[in-house]
Amino acid sequence: MSVDADIVRKIGHLARIKLKEENLAGLADELNVILGFVEQLDEVDVSDVEPMTSVIPATLRTRKDEVTSGGYADKITSNAPLSEDNFFMVPKVVE
Amino acid sequence: MSDLIKLSLADIQKGLKAKKFSASEVTSAYLNEIDAANPKLNAYVSIENEQALSMAKASDEKLAKGTGGALEGVPLGIKDLFATKGAHTQAGSHILDGFKPEYESFITNNLWQDGAVMLGKLNMDEFAMGSSNETSYYGAVINPHRASGSNKDLVPGGSSGGSATAVSAFLCAGATATDTGGSIRQPAAFTGTVGIKPTYGRCSRWGVVAFASSLDQAGPITRTVEDSALMLASMAGFDKLDSTSVDLAVPDFAAAVKRGVKGLRIGVPKEYRMDGMPDEIEKLWQQGLAWLKDEGAIIKDISLPHTKYALPAYYIVAPAEASSNLARYDGVKYGLRVNGDSIDEMYENTRAAGFGAEVQRRVLIGTYVLSAGYYDAYYVKAQKVRTLIKRDFENVFNDGIDAILTPATPSAAFGVNDQEMKADPVKMYLNDIFTVTVNMAGLPAIAVPAGKDKAGLPLGLQLIGKPFDEETLFAAGRVIERSAGLDFTPKKRW
Repeated sequence: MSVDADIVRKIGHLARIKLKEENLAGLADELNVILGFVEQLDEVDVSDVEPMTSVIPATLRTRKDEVTSGGYADKITSNAPLSEDNFFMVPKVVE
Repeated sequence: MSDLIKLSLADIQKGLKAKKFSASEVTSAYLNEIDAANPKLNAYVSIENEQALSMAKASDEKLAKGTGGALEGVPLGIKDLFATKGAHTQAGSHILDGFKPEYESFITNNLWQDGAVMLGKLNMDEFAMGSSNETSYYGAVINPHRASGSNKDLVPGGSSGGSATAVSAFLCAGATATDTGGSIRQPAAFTGTVGIKPTYGRCSRWGVVAFASSLDQAGPITRTVEDSALMLASMAGFDKLDSTSVDLAVPDFAAAVKRGVKGLRIGVPKEYRMDGMPDEIEKLWQQGLAWLKDEGAIIKDISLPHTKYALPAYYIVAPAEASSNLARYDGVKYGLRVNGDSIDEMYENTRAAGFGAEVQRRVLIGTYVLSAGYYDAYYVKAQKVRTLIKRDFENVFNDGIDAILTPATPSAAFGVNDQEMKADPVKMYLNDIFTVTVNMAGLPAIAVPAGKDKAGLPLGLQLIGKPFDEETLFAAGRVIERSAGLDFTPKKRW
């Protein structure tokens, strides 16, 4: 499988990264080198192999469903590039 | 005071307890050396003079009373990936401009609880993506070592290049680092330092900026094996805030250092003998095996048949997880924002300006392999191969192997701005060929400096252990360190 400039433009949008039109062809070449490299995996027979879900034998711990932390909206928003009254400020989303 | 900085972490610890010098003295000595060396080496992205001196003063008060923790007064460097309250934490990226966390990572909190002093934050490849520390927004880190008779700057390896350089050049007593595909062990090998990636789950990931969550694991880089044992003992431990943290007691790692290798079965995987590998690396490997044998270890040939598939599988799994983890950098919650006409355009502009070329490349690859129609062909396939890689290791351990010896890297440190690697991303990725299998299988592994190449550059050997058996790695690592008996002090030029 390989990608071309159109697919790279589409992936760029999915990843929310603005790509310059003049860079698309070069990026497609770079991505194709990497995709070509990972294609080696096609040599491996993985029928009857379960995909790994956890690298160590572990089950997720559970705990009581209760509030354990919170009440510090000022700290949460303290690093925001734009905030007001402990709210994050973003460009208008709803008309 | 310049002799203080050359002491091992263990000797600083002893000297402080015996009141031969104060924490303020040793901290000042490191800060002075950082001022002298950093313009040339670029290891620190932020030097915390005031905080370091006030932490040292607090340690001196405790030491005077005979109290204090295991690392009381020991000055450390912290990789920029760890959240440190109120201090520079940007993962070597432009997109986290100005970010100062309101909280402390589990690991650094452990270190401060034990009395350690923070000197500053260490440079790294952006979001830990790189093998040469050249992808940092703060510029490349320079290896303190140079080939004999050469003035050419070499890379320290990556992504923990700032940590490795700072430890190698005596700019701290030890440093925190992280390893997703070799980011502790490869830079340790390139700089003549010791680095251990513990078993996945041994060190909490809470407060460590995420790259690939199923692979990321923190560990120390230090000048000696014993120092790594001392530092890891403080860093490790159960944390309920990390769902993959393992609730296991932390063993006495320092005691394990002295254990020796008598009767241990050391495996030698034939798949690690790569085509085109320099003779020097092969010779070093054989030498390492001879040292272990001389001390009573039993050497066995083994096979890990899926070794060659670890790196291609890694370059699906790691970018996939990265593309998901890095979705949080959107110009809203922290760091950089570049405005646009709509919220989508603001996201796209921010991420285009904030991420460097390598990070963008990996996010794009990750987004592609996770996109509709490709998920099974890439991600699920890679996770199946990962099961096979892990099974290879389980088979040899079940056959009675205690640890595996391999080279740490396929070469010594290479030049800054290497044109071949620049032209072909896969060439750069091949640096991690011996280290990445370990992350895919979640195992612990240590890189120990063991020799030098013709040009006098450090070379390392890697020991891979069973899950949660870091102790055997410290024991065998110490035997290699002691048998090599080499001085890895770089020639000073700052």
